[in-house]
Amino acid sequence: MAETPRPRHSILVRVTHWLITLAFLALLVSGLEIVVSHPRFYWGEVGNVNTAPLFQIPIPSSRNLVPTAYGYVLPDQNGWSRYLHFQSAWVLVLVALLYGLAGLFNGHFRRNLLPSLSDVSPKRLASSIVEHFRFKRPRAEEAWSYNLLQRLAYLLVIFVLFPMIIWTGLAMSPSFVSAVPAAVNFLGGQQSARTLHFFLTWALVLFVLVHIFMVFLAGFRSRMRAMITGRAPEPLERV
Amino acid sequence: MSKLSRRALITTGMVATASASGLVVAAKLAKRYGLIPPDSGGIYGPGETLTYAAQRLLTRHSLAREFSRSQISAKPFANEVTPLGDGFQRLQQGAFADWRLVVDGLVARPASFSLAEVKSFPRRSHITMIQCEEGWSYIAEWTGVPLSDVLERVGAAPQVRYVVYRSFQTDWWESIDMADALHPQTLLTYGMNGGELPVGFGGPLRMRVTRQLGYKSLKYVTQLTLTDNIKQFGKGLGSAEPEGGYAWYAGA
Repeated sequence: MAETPRPRHSILVRVTHWLITLAFLALLVSGLEIVVSHPRFYWGEVGNVNTAPLFQIPIPSSRNLVPTAYGYVLPDQNGWSRYLHFQSAWVLVLVALLYGLAGLFNGHFRRNLLPSLSDVSPKRLASSIVEHFRFKRPRAEEAWSYNLLQRLAYLLVIFVLFPMIIWTGLAMSPSFVSAVPAAVNFLGGQQSARTLHFFLTWALVLFVLVHIFMVFLAGFRSRMRAMITGRAPEPLERV
Repeated sequence: MSKLSRRALITTGMVATASASGLVVAAKLAKRYGLIPPDSGGIYGPGETLTYAAQRLLTRHSLAREFSRSQISAKPFANEVTPLGDGFQRLQQGAFADWRLVVDGLVARPASFSLAEVKSFPRRSHITMIQCEEGWSYIAEWTGVPLSDVLERVGAAPQVRYVVYRSFQTDWWESIDMADALHPQTLLTYGMNGGELPVGFGGPLRMRVTRQLGYKSLKYVTQLTLTDNIKQFGKGLGSAEPEGGYAWYAGA
């Protein structure tokens, strides 16, 4: 099959995609590790082992004063986890800013992610969902553009989930909220921010899992090649 | 080589040169304005430096949120305290009458204050949240003397950049920069929720640094040392925490 000179994904999209992938994985691993030191979640401003949690994850803890169903305490790993979490957060935020600003100015969002007005109808949306649940291999022209549901999912992740997880993260910082108290007050308190941060993590993990599944469905080799080298098979009608 | 790729090459080169020189300039400025934390070495140094520098630029004078009396936690959590030993128990039996706060380093008048003296200094209270790095928290009313008042009393030298503070538990020592040391909410506390500060919560004397995580609010404070060179303390990382793998700056 002929190779096109134009890349499927711009160099900026490819580089930022993989940097954010790395940062996200580091944030996920370190974040889950930090949770182990206090696997209890609360709502409102404050919470500790003397107060009733909203819920507790049934895992052992790395602190012996946290009541768990386990007779042992895990080793404390919060030092490197916290260092790694914040360093990765900086990578994520800076790379996301670069991607976001570039996408705004070079038309990437408008051209590639914003669905056309005619596509945003309940009928189109329903048919796109049905199509996805048939797990059919996407049509050849989809190798060169995103389908409706895909566009909406990416927009949700880029403009809702990532901004929200960064916001809820900042809302836990005692120094940041001293300058911007509204960041935490609006969320209903510091523990609410922590709980939301936790749920947003799972929303993003769910997205990543579905994303990887769709990559396999569409053809792992061709999609990975497109995101790494930028090369993709010519659409059939152009051959 | 096509025109386009030559242009791309030149642009990339220019961007790379600009960013490299930008980084060098930024590093020099950061150093000059004290925006580099003591634990800036190592693989996590860049992230720590970015956090510390960004927060010092954005939040130098900001006040931690204060809460209403009704928001004080009914059940605060003292956290685990390793046994304090016989020496502490003897002091406790004497109602801490013999507790001393030594202030030394770059000061005009080194001092050793008794607890009664510390309590006679102007007092301030605030109702603030203390957050542990683990994720739990509580709100309490803290009463004590502003650290800035103590520093003024001993005549802190103008070149002082850090206040090192030590605990009765000799493994624990901390330090803060002048932005936090002179911050109006930074108190040497001896009272909590209207009563004496309980031993579990750091009594008789606890540092309260409101804009940083709980571990900067060191319990059982016995000594303040004012310095312009943080590298000469311990392993040169600023406090005991980085020696145990935790960040020196805990504004998060």
